Amino acid sequence: MVSDRDRTRAPGPVFRARGLTKIYPMGEVQVQALRGIDLDLYEGELVVLLGASGSGKSTLLNILGGLDTATEGAVWYREQDLTRATDRELTEYRREHVGFVFQFYNLIPSLTACENVAVVTEIARDPMAPEEALALVGLHERVDHFPAQLSGGEQQRVAIARAIAKRPAVLLCDEPTGALDSATGIVVLEALSRVNRELGTTTALITHNAGIADLADRVVRLSDGRIVEVYENRQKKPASALSW
Amino acid sequence: MAVLDHKLWRDLLHLRGQMMAIVLVMACGVATFVMSLSTLDALERTRSSYYAAYRFADVFATLRRAPEHVGRRIAALPGVRAVETRIRLAATLEVKGYTDPVRGQILSYPEEGRPVLNDLYLREGRLLEPGRVDEVLLIDGFADAHGLGPADTLVAVIHGRRQVLRVVGIVLSPEFVYQAAPGALFPDFERFGTLWMGRRGLAAAGGLEGAFNEVTLALYAGSRPEDVIDRLDRILAPYGGLGAYPREDQTSHFYLSQEMEQLGLMATMLPAIFLGVAAFLLNVVLNRLISTQREQIAILKAFGYDNLRVGWHYVKMVLVVAAIGVAAGTAMGTWFGQGLSAMYQAFYRFPYLDYVLPVRVVALALLVTGGAAVLGTLHAVRSAVRLPPAEAMRPEPPRIYRESLVERLGLKRWMDQPSRMVVRNLERRPVKALLSILGMAFACSIVIMGRFFSGAFEYMVDVQYGLAQREDLVVTFAEPASRAALHELAGLPGVRYVQPFRSVPVRLRHGHRTYRTALQGVAAEGDLQRLLDLDLRPVALPPEGLVLTEHLGRILGVRPGDCLMVEVLEGARPTRSVCVAGLVQQYIGLGAYVEIGALNRLLREGDVLSGAFLEVDPAYERGLYRDLQHRPRVAGVEIQRRAIEDLYDTMGEQILVFAFFITFFAGAIAFGVVYNSARIALSERGRELASLRVLGFRRGEVAFILLGELAVLTLVSLPVGFALGWGLCRLLVLRFQMDIMRIPMVVQPDLFALAAAVVIGSAVLSGLLVRRRLHRLDLVSVLKTRE
Repeated sequence: MVSDRDRTRAPGPVFRARGLTKIYPMGEVQVQALRGIDLDLYEGELVVLLGASGSGKSTLLNILGGLDTATEGAVWYREQDLTRATDRELTEYRREHVGFVFQFYNLIPSLTACENVAVVTEIARDPMAPEEALALVGLHERVDHFPAQLSGGEQQRVAIARAIAKRPAVLLCDEPTGALDSATGIVVLEALSRVNRELGTTTALITHNAGIADLADRVVRLSDGRIVEVYENRQKKPASALSW
Repeated sequence: MAVLDHKLWRDLLHLRGQMMAIVLVMACGVATFVMSLSTLDALERTRSSYYAAYRFADVFATLRRAPEHVGRRIAALPGVRAVETRIRLAATLEVKGYTDPVRGQILSYPEEGRPVLNDLYLREGRLLEPGRVDEVLLIDGFADAHGLGPADTLVAVIHGRRQVLRVVGIVLSPEFVYQAAPGALFPDFERFGTLWMGRRGLAAAGGLEGAFNEVTLALYAGSRPEDVIDRLDRILAPYGGLGAYPREDQTSHFYLSQEMEQLGLMATMLPAIFLGVAAFLLNVVLNRLISTQREQIAILKAFGYDNLRVGWHYVKMVLVVAAIGVAAGTAMGTWFGQGLSAMYQAFYRFPYLDYVLPVRVVALALLVTGGAAVLGTLHAVRSAVRLPPAEAMRPEPPRIYRESLVERLGLKRWMDQPSRMVVRNLERRPVKALLSILGMAFACSIVIMGRFFSGAFEYMVDVQYGLAQREDLVVTFAEPASRAALHELAGLPGVRYVQPFRSVPVRLRHGHRTYRTALQGVAAEGDLQRLLDLDLRPVALPPEGLVLTEHLGRILGVRPGDCLMVEVLEGARPTRSVCVAGLVQQYIGLGAYVEIGALNRLLREGDVLSGAFLEVDPAYERGLYRDLQHRPRVAGVEIQRRAIEDLYDTMGEQILVFAFFITFFAGAIAFGVVYNSARIALSERGRELASLRVLGFRRGEVAFILLGELAVLTLVSLPVGFALGWGLCRLLVLRFQMDIMRIPMVVQPDLFALAAAVVIGSAVLSGLLVRRRLHRLDLVSVLKTRE
């Protein structure tokens, strides 16, 4: 599924996945979530992983993010073989290189917006200031608010700020707009594409919402644990132009 | 409801770690309760059946000598149901193979039939046969200590005459459940023995033919012992009566009662604390459980389950846990209770111990535990059933937080985000934090309370025998002796210093309050027997006036300057008014002191003494001891060091066993509280912590947030626990104001260290267990909820 054109793209893939298979034992039944995935993700691109519920997209993202390990196959982050990494190495990998954004924000309720970002910058090697990260997502006015004082969209933007503040190499977003109405969702997507554009962070975004696909440089469609389609977006649209 | 019951079992199974910790705490509480109350019950039951079956007397009187017909006058007194006259003689005993001299007393046994009062329980052998003057019955404690049985012989020296006696039976008596020698605080089974001999033979040996020197009475129910005692004293006065006394003052009964009182105290205070903590734990765990089940409750209610049914579901769950706790606690308590009873039986000689697990004790334990559990749960259950289903089905909104006080005070800039999480979390739920602190503080305080006894006991012994009674030997003469005897003692080899004393039995009377004790005449500035003021500094005895132990002053309601009546209970039995010159501190016994010259003037006697305190060269001690024992004018010699050893052997053992149980239980409580706090924190914050792990936090860093909170709670709980522990000890000290001893309020610093170690140890153990769970946190599934 890897086209020649992709391979020529400089400066080489950030992620290389080959023959990824994931089997979950569910009691006595085995559920095959991934059935042999080959995929490369390149520096600076925004990829949308599109698929229905149960297509395996979250599993793929979790493996790329070092939250889960594959049953078979291999995945490399640059030169690092994630399939052979220990739990400790995966922790370090997440700490150094990966930013996560989840559907349910997962903010720490006892910390303010700014502190929720600082919780990551304090342990990062070369972070931006938390205020700067919040400004990037348009929240410079709300830095001292606690999660309970923020709307869903604002909470999600804090989560994005938290994810990018350490200047991660990759940003992995699992249904970032899943819990939001479309207007709020668009604000969140704007923040994501701005980060991708301005910081050049490789971004993978999971959604079951085909309308969001127009935002991507490249779209990967999954179904039943397999990649069924990969295409490049000829006319990439800004987030504000999206609708669903 | 069957489905809900399935859910109940599964929930219990799911929470088994925490539930087991609660069951442990509850079981410990119930075990203390059952152990103490069932032992108390066994002792009380045994005592009353033993007293009744063996006709334990109500009034006792000792006199010099009265002809037998006086007994008939006593029998005619109003209120007297039965009278038994008898003879009691002091003797020195010699047991083959035992080098130390042994003090003994020999009581007369009727020639015909059995004693009217104070009958004997025959454990081995047979009772006496009429006319056999060399046969004796031997008390069991002494027989066991020396391995004596029927057919063995021993030698008794009575009034200077050696007699070989043949043991025919081993007996127990309701009069000697507590087998301490007269004047001694604790039983010494090896060096003091009681024997029974045929009346005729004993009368001949003591020159008391046709006479008696002791009488015991049984009264009709409803008659006042005081009235009988008054009349009895008047009858016996011409015969050298030493003052009759009621059963309450009978040595064995008195000690037994004090011990039961102490046990009763233990049976109420400790379980109350334990159950309180257990109820608190249940409350917290159920609160947490129910908040995780919000949605389930909502669905149940949406399906049409009413509040009562949902509420009952949770109450049932609590009752299941309480029932398991009570069952386990009852089993444990019965086991410990039997052990404790056996220990008491070795100390208090009952012929049998009627140990049954009283149904009412178990019922009470169930009622108290179940009640505490249900009460503790009620709050949580109420909040569960009050939830409107629609609200309950929505995910919980993020909680409202704000900057903590610590940060507002300006410490914020030195705190990293995890630290801020710790303090804000603590501050946001102050009641929960407070309850956790209280739970751990109670655990800490129980450790202090349990161990307090041994430390205070040692302190008490140190003060008594290190500061106050510093003699090596105490010599008591058979009759008051002149000063010459003192010089004779001082001249013995190895004697470094002698200090005389005069001791007379008295009844002190102040208004309507009276107390029987020995009035001690001692040298004003003796170096061996010293009086200590309330700050434990040695004080000189004033030349005139009475000095009382502080507790005795309280019993009589007198203060320095007040005057009271001293009724001397021997000799001419004068009654004099004497003023109290001061109060002294004394932890063991209730003494009254007066300068020896003043006492002799009071008694209108010359310069006489009852005995002397000796300081001796250790190398000569044994020789002196044996030499003195064989002098006819010497009634008894006590080695002080041995008294201390006996104290440790008897009292020390009981205290240590008790302390061991308490420390064990306290450790269990500490662990239960801390473990539950940690587990609850983990389940409440699992999602948050998993998020941090996803963000790249290392395990240690995540553990810090959870365990940091626990550490703060633990550290804060320690000073609170110290204060609580001190307070509990204080309460114990106030309640433990017994006549035989008063536990001093001394909490050794190492106790605090130990208590802190137990709590911190439990916290570390809980922390390790929770950390293991933290390591297994499923990052993906935590983030996947609500999809």
